[in-house]
Amino acid sequence: MTEAMAPAIEEEFQPSILVFCCNWCSYAGADLAGVSRLQYPVNVKVLRVMCSGRVDPYFILRALELGADGVLITGCEIGDCHYISGNVKAKERIERLSKLLDQIGIGSDRIRLEWIAASEGTKFAQVMEEFTDHITNLGPNPLKGSETGGG
Amino acid sequence: MDKENVKRLISDMGAHDCVECGKCTTVCPVTRFNPEFAPRLVVVKALAGEEMDLSKDSDIWICNTCEICNNMCPYEVDYSGFIRGMRGEASREGHEPDCSQGGLLHAMMRIMANSDLPQKRLDWITDELKLADKGDVFLFVGCLPQLDAIFEGRNLDLVETARSAVRIMNRMGIEPVVSPIEKCCGHDLNWAGDEKNFIKLMNHNVQVIKDSGAKTVVFPCPECMRTFDLDYQDFLGDFDFEMTHISEFLARAIEEGKLEFPENISISTTFHDSCRLGRHLGLYDEPRKVLTEIPSVELVELEKNRDAATCCGVSGFMSCNSTSKVMQMEKMQDAKRTEADVLVTPCAKCRIHLDCSTRDETPVDNDLINIPIMDFTVLVDMALRGKLQIPDAQDKEARMEDEKPE
Ligand code: SF4
Ligand code: SF4
Ligand code: SF4
Ligand code: FES
Repeated sequence: MTEAMAPAIEEEFQPSILVFCCNWCSYAGADLAGVSRLQYPVNVKVLRVMCSGRVDPYFILRALELGADGVLITGCEIGDCHYISGNVKAKERIERLSKLLDQIGIGSDRIRLEWIAASEGTKFAQVMEEFTDHITNLGPNPLKGSETGGG
Repeated sequence: MDKENVKRLISDMGAHDCVECGKCTTVCPVTRFNPEFAPRLVVVKALAGEEMDLSKDSDIWICNTCEICNNMCPYEVDYSGFIRGMRGEASREGHEPDCSQGGLLHAMMRIMANSDLPQKRLDWITDELKLADKGDVFLFVGCLPQLDAIFEGRNLDLVETARSAVRIMNRMGIEPVVSPIEKCCGHDLNWAGDEKNFIKLMNHNVQVIKDSGAKTVVFPCPECMRTFDLDYQDFLGDFDFEMTHISEFLARAIEEGKLEFPENISISTTFHDSCRLGRHLGLYDEPRKVLTEIPSVELVELEKNRDAATCCGVSGFMSCNSTSKVMQMEKMQDAKRTEADVLVTPCAKCRIHLDCSTRDETPVDNDLINIPIMDFTVLVDMALRGKLQIPDAQDKEARMEDEKPE
């Protein structure tokens, strides 16, 4: 266990975190983090998509419905999206979804959007660590244990 | 597929009475644009005991459950009831509809059904609105706040319908109860065949109403009204509280002289009979009565009105496809042809869909469809306040210019 993995508050709680990575930037960033042997928490499960614009708000809500404790969406800096405006759309969609999450009581603090470039291996590891800490502090997804939220 | 269940559905729908006249297929708006689909053939297949395809793009999912066919059938074959039952079968086998918005709305409903998270569903309440914790009249707000969040950026302000309803009630000396723990009525899940989650939502909502002690529940939404009045009571037996759609409520208030309209600009309206309000609930006269009682408002009928009205093309946020689009284009053109100033709809979802259809590239010239859409309750409230106004129509060209990426 590394330092980062030891949760600060509850000893037992290990959040499961889903990270959507854009093929062209943050996924390469994750690669770089790996090649550079940077450590980041094992709680993070990476799912590669072709663009942050591919991430339908439903994917995020579905992940939460199934019991994910946190969902991170990562993409290229605004202006760098390989499909011109996919990340602009992602940003708008996530703002809207955040509102909905607050309304229905899951809370928008369980999701986050970050821009991470292909060259930013260190940033990738940092963001993963920081977000994992943040979700650990928030505690488990309130849907866990309910019929939707799985175990 | 459980053969016994299907047999029961066939006999419940009255398929054995079908004389294969084909009227249902003639009026079905889906058949008109998608010749591969025909309600009569589904009935015939069911009668012949043929195995039905339950997968997501099959006949059972493309039907809009608009009930024009039920309505036209001389033998009252309950086609939409059969479809709903078949969807239940499909859902038990793990099939899902092709949801619009990727299924976001259905997921939200399932989450509500399976948890009691503290919701923030009352943020729309402003200081001027007088509400009560307990009282005779309950205002069932439904998913208006959530829909506003999901469709933000479209500037629909759907929850204004709830504000308008409260303002009108306050004017009548009523302080309605609205609940922070109300949940979605489950209409969409019910029509998607997800009976398990639907029942959870039903039990919760009925308890909320009972606990409030209300004698009357007023619904601004035709779907919530249908779901309570027909589906909930189907499961739970008759309720001892009264259920009324806002159009009935307002028609009665006007009749009893409880609402007086001040001077307004004159506007001409045309009315969209949403399928839930019209064919499902039979409420055709009430909204018309209200509109025509407003002195400065004129009502011009659509070519296809009352029980012949076509629906908005998407029901229960399922199967939004090219057929939906053509239906929406027809509706908007029909509305524009009336030369009315606004198209009035009683249903928030119809408004979402019709608004959406005029947004992106349309197969039809903008001039043929650019008529503003207004919510029924909001229009009445504006008229009561002497603030009637014609909203701007969707200016597609200007908007597309705005949204071009730099
Ligand atoms: S309910 Fe409507 S869409 Fe479905 S078969 Fe009947 S007419 Fe067609
Ligand atoms: S309208 Fe009724 S009787 Fe005629 S084909 Fe359709 S279901 Fe059968
Ligand atoms: S009509 Fe528009 S809003 Fe409605 S489901 Fe289709 S794309 Fe979505
Ligand atoms: S390509 Fe990376 S966000 Fe669009």
